[in-house]
Amino acid sequence: MAKKTTRTTRGDAPEATAKDPNPAAAGLANAEGEDTLIGRTVTINRPRQELYDLWRDVRNIPLFMVDVVSITPLDDLRSRWVMKGPGDTRFEWTSVIVEEEPGYLISWATEGDTDVSNTGRIVFIDSPNGRGTIVRATFTYDAPAGALGKLVAKVTQHDPRMQARRALRRFKQLMETGEIANAGSPVDDR
Amino acid sequence: MRALTWQGKHDVRVETVPDPRIINPRDAIIRITSTAICGSDLHLYDDVIPGMKSGDVLGHEFMGEVVEVGPGNQKLKVGERVVVPFVIACGQCFFCGKQQFAACDNSNPAEKADASELAYGYPMAAAFGYSHLTGGYPGGQAEYARVPFSDIGPIVIPDGVDDDKVLFLSDILPTGWMAAVNCDIESGDTVAVWGCGPVGLFAIQSALVLGAHRVIAIDHHPHRLELAKSLGAEVINFEETRVNEALAELTGGIGPDACIDAVGMESHGLSPDNLLDHIKVKTFMATDRVHALRQVIMATRKGGRISIPGVYGGVADKFPIGALMEKGLTLKTGQTHVQKFSQQLLDLILDGKLDTTFLISHRLDLEEAAEGYKNFKEKQNEFTKVVLKPKFTRH
Ligand SMILES: NC(=O)c1ccc[n+]([C@@H]2O[C@H](COP(=O)([O-])OP(=O)(O)OC[C@H]3O[C@@H](n4cnc5c(N)ncnc54)[C@H](O)[C@@H]3O)[C@@H](O)[C@H]2O)c1
Ligand SMILES: [Zn+2]
Ligand SMILES: [Zn+2]
Repeated sequence: MAKKTTRTTRGDAPEATAKDPNPAAAGLANAEGEDTLIGRTVTINRPRQELYDLWRDVRNIPLFMVDVVSITPLDDLRSRWVMKGPGDTRFEWTSVIVEEEPGYLISWATEGDTDVSNTGRIVFIDSPNGRGTIVRATFTYDAPAGALGKLVAKVTQHDPRMQARRALRRFKQLMETGEIANAGSPVDDR
Repeated sequence: MRALTWQGKHDVRVETVPDPRIINPRDAIIRITSTAICGSDLHLYDDVIPGMKSGDVLGHEFMGEVVEVGPGNQKLKVGERVVVPFVIACGQCFFCGKQQFAACDNSNPAEKADASELAYGYPMAAAFGYSHLTGGYPGGQAEYARVPFSDIGPIVIPDGVDDDKVLFLSDILPTGWMAAVNCDIESGDTVAVWGCGPVGLFAIQSALVLGAHRVIAIDHHPHRLELAKSLGAEVINFEETRVNEALAELTGGIGPDACIDAVGMESHGLSPDNLLDHIKVKTFMATDRVHALRQVIMATRKGGRISIPGVYGGVADKFPIGALMEKGLTLKTGQTHVQKFSQQLLDLILDGKLDTTFLISHRLDLEEAAEGYKNFKEKQNEFTKVVLKPKFTRH
């Protein structure tokens, strides 16, 4: 169990950058102390409403996130996610938007009792120094099958931290340039 | 198509590989008419840059004719002749907006960017034919190349201008130029340049165009030193001279105002520090060989400037941080922001103020590329620059 640390000792750094982070303090719905907390910020040189709109429509997410088998909207707030895991495994869950402020914030959590529970929150803030929009994503997840699952995920490139980092890079590429960088190298397919 | 592929240390081969095709809307396909071997390619040839895979197509200095453009490219037209910058840059990110094209945030594929983020703190931009750290994009020592963001990078060459005059806009000419720009040259300045390879020679020429009072060039290949001299530099042969003592004497005891390291991580020379670096590289306790750079830092006058176009990839041992700090030196470096200088340098070439053709010592068919690499590495004195041409017929 992560210990509680006060803001004063930690300064202004985001919770996710703490050496001993407390997911429950990261402002996420349903996050628990044992979950893994991931935070990543990118600056995107586009207006925040445009970024928000693309992200808010879950049908767009496979454009920049890999390992998605399908993301199906169930209603305006709920969607069914099927993701590839290590080997032939699949993970499935229903995600519900629990809070939103159009053009600024989306916060979601998995619905019901699931062994792949996760929560997330993305905010879009005008860069105060005129560099576009600061996009800050924060996720927590309950690693499947504990520590061993984490290790397998890392080795097989399904590490959520890596996936989040790469998804944000692709989101930025798509929004800034209209395309997603691809080396087109035959060597990569070997 | 035919293309020069990397197979391993000192093993490059021309092979038949799949033709490139348009993948993204802003891509173009170029039929290559001229492509060159660079000193940077030798770092790959010598296997001192990580992230290579066997079969990678090399080459980042190339030009040719546009044969296909993607639907998102409103600028290039089929049939135009273009020179392609070695740095792949999107033109739309924060860095491109600052004309720091070699820092572009969007050209390195997301799954490739992790390695350089880990190595350098932030992910690097992509480049053609230069290891998977910078994207693993197939290069231009080939019959055809796919050029991403082709509405930003390639510069259109007017009809009637020979390939040989403009090919080096792809890399070494802007690299030599930026090296000199980074010296912040003031009137009366003496600039010392380590390395009289293509980058060093263009840095010499650029420093003089940018108003240096004097340029002193350092190398050990007699022919390369002669070329430096013909450009207007004074020269020092490091095999015969105690370089830093000579530089102090030649500058009235003050030292050069600015120094350029156009050698990079494979510095030659039989000195104890270099041998130690060399042994470590061989034994995989890899630190870069920074012999020339140590000399540069020691030679620069107090309050002077250092510019490093020479490529380094890892960490340095016995780096004279004290000399850097105590003398109050300014240091500028980086992969070249090629796109920033393309138009200005093309104009200087067309006006006859910069000549690049003197550098070319050999023109070979693409099929002879492997031999070109071997000779550019082993016979540096005669092989100053090798240009490869697909389906080249000698006259
Ligand atoms: N910054 C960039 O964007 C950029 C672009 C192109 C090339 N480069 C780098 O610039 C460097 C030079 O490129 P090049 O094509 O001219 O290479 P090159 O190998 O042809 O030339 C290097 C020269 O340095 C000389 N040299 C070696 N050790 C020396 C020493 N101790 N003192 C003085 N001279 C010494 C060699 O004799 C040789 O003539 C390489 O590291 C290359 O990777 C950088
Ligand atoms: Zn080059
Ligand atoms: Zn960019």
